[in-house]
Amino acid sequence: MGELKASPASPSLALLKRDLGLSLARGGGPVLAAGFYLTLMAMVPLSLGPEAQTLSKIAPGLTWLCLALASLLSLERLFERDYEDGVFDLLRTGPLALEWVAFLKCLAQWLGTGLILSLMTPVVMILLGAPVGVAGLALVAALIGSLSFALIGGAGASLTLGSRKGGVLIALLVLPFYVPPVIFGAGLMQAFVTGAPVFQALSLLCAYGLFALALGPIAMGAALRSALN
Amino acid sequence: MIISWLANPDRFSKVFAPVRPWVAGLSLVLFAWGLYLCFASPEDYQQGDTVRIMYIHVPAAWMALFTYLVMGVASFFGLIFRHALADAAAKAAAPIGAVFTALALITGSLWGKPMWGTWWEWDGRMTSVLVLFLFYIGYIALHASIEDEQRAAKSTAILALIGLINLPIIKFSVDWWNTLHQGASVFRPDGPTVAPSMLWPLLVMALAYKALFVWLWLIRIDTEILSRKYNGLRARLGFREGGA
Repeated sequence: MGELKASPASPSLALLKRDLGLSLARGGGPVLAAGFYLTLMAMVPLSLGPEAQTLSKIAPGLTWLCLALASLLSLERLFERDYEDGVFDLLRTGPLALEWVAFLKCLAQWLGTGLILSLMTPVVMILLGAPVGVAGLALVAALIGSLSFALIGGAGASLTLGSRKGGVLIALLVLPFYVPPVIFGAGLMQAFVTGAPVFQALSLLCAYGLFALALGPIAMGAALRSALN
Repeated sequence: MIISWLANPDRFSKVFAPVRPWVAGLSLVLFAWGLYLCFASPEDYQQGDTVRIMYIHVPAAWMALFTYLVMGVASFFGLIFRHALADAAAKAAAPIGAVFTALALITGSLWGKPMWGTWWEWDGRMTSVLVLFLFYIGYIALHASIEDEQRAAKSTAILALIGLINLPIIKFSVDWWNTLHQGASVFRPDGPTVAPSMLWPLLVMALAYKALFVWLWLIRIDTEILSRKYNGLRARLGFREGGA
């Protein structure tokens, strides 16, 4: 359990720092997620065959699928630890709104895992045979996508607080909401590779990211409040 | 206000208990009439007898959406006005909606085989309905996994509302995806207009489904009220909730 060394000037920053520390330390969060992501991607040629033509065709979409799955990994522990040992009860009496607290926790989680997964995405895509020119756009898209995954996933995690089966349930709740970013992200990559205009897909992906940014914290705040009563 | 007057669970049970047999009867009569019309209606010139699947399939698909809407509205009232009855109504609607959705998917698949030559086509509409089904499953699973009834109601209500906002977005994204990927166009069963000879059975079946929903819903709400009462009594008598 990390200690709250809150400098009164910025409790937000203190919370972010603490949570980031926890997510980096907590059972090797980023290493675990990155390892999972790489393992998934390594299974792809093993299950579908090593033909470069097939792989390069499905690479952009597959990386998005694996990114979504890898984003699920650490959701279960996102709020649970602090819920169980009473940190949330403390935080609730503090100066920060629960919505903001939840957002900061998601942000810390994302900095710890989503950011690293996003950085790996273009590399993995190229390994599977996507053109090198895709790297920049793939990175930007993965950053936006993984942030939406983190916020939507956080909403799912907050809903299952105190339930008997966390992990699988979160996956079941959250994956349908991952459908739009996966579609837009994979579509964006597809459009780029085939030389079609990318603007539409990119703006739709951004729109969903903003939507998750607006709705996620509200949902998490409501769910946390209900869990804490 | 009639709604707040009815929000008392006991009063609700008392008022609606005598209504139930009537709704049940209405549903049965409509089903009998509708099914008769289905078989009396002419064959489609292209689809032959298989067009009759439509009278089972299309109302089921309508009800799949309608039930989710009911669930969303009930969840909204449960969350904002904290009516225990609204929570019960939302919870009661979920499995019914899941069954309607499953029915729509299964009959759609059975219809697709003779019409499109495939059990499943990844087209926009079917994919969205599949996602809707997953939603229902998630909702039911979440409710089942939280022991405390009030907390479960609140969490699932939040989920239902997020879902309600998200469903159009998911629908849109799936349609967008579909236009991206749709190669050869499949034969679409929904022609430009539906002939009146087919509209009638469809309409009657739709009403029959709706009456069936209301009937089952009322039973499930009543059961929910009774089971809460029972659990409350057990708790007061010192038994563990839900345990043996």
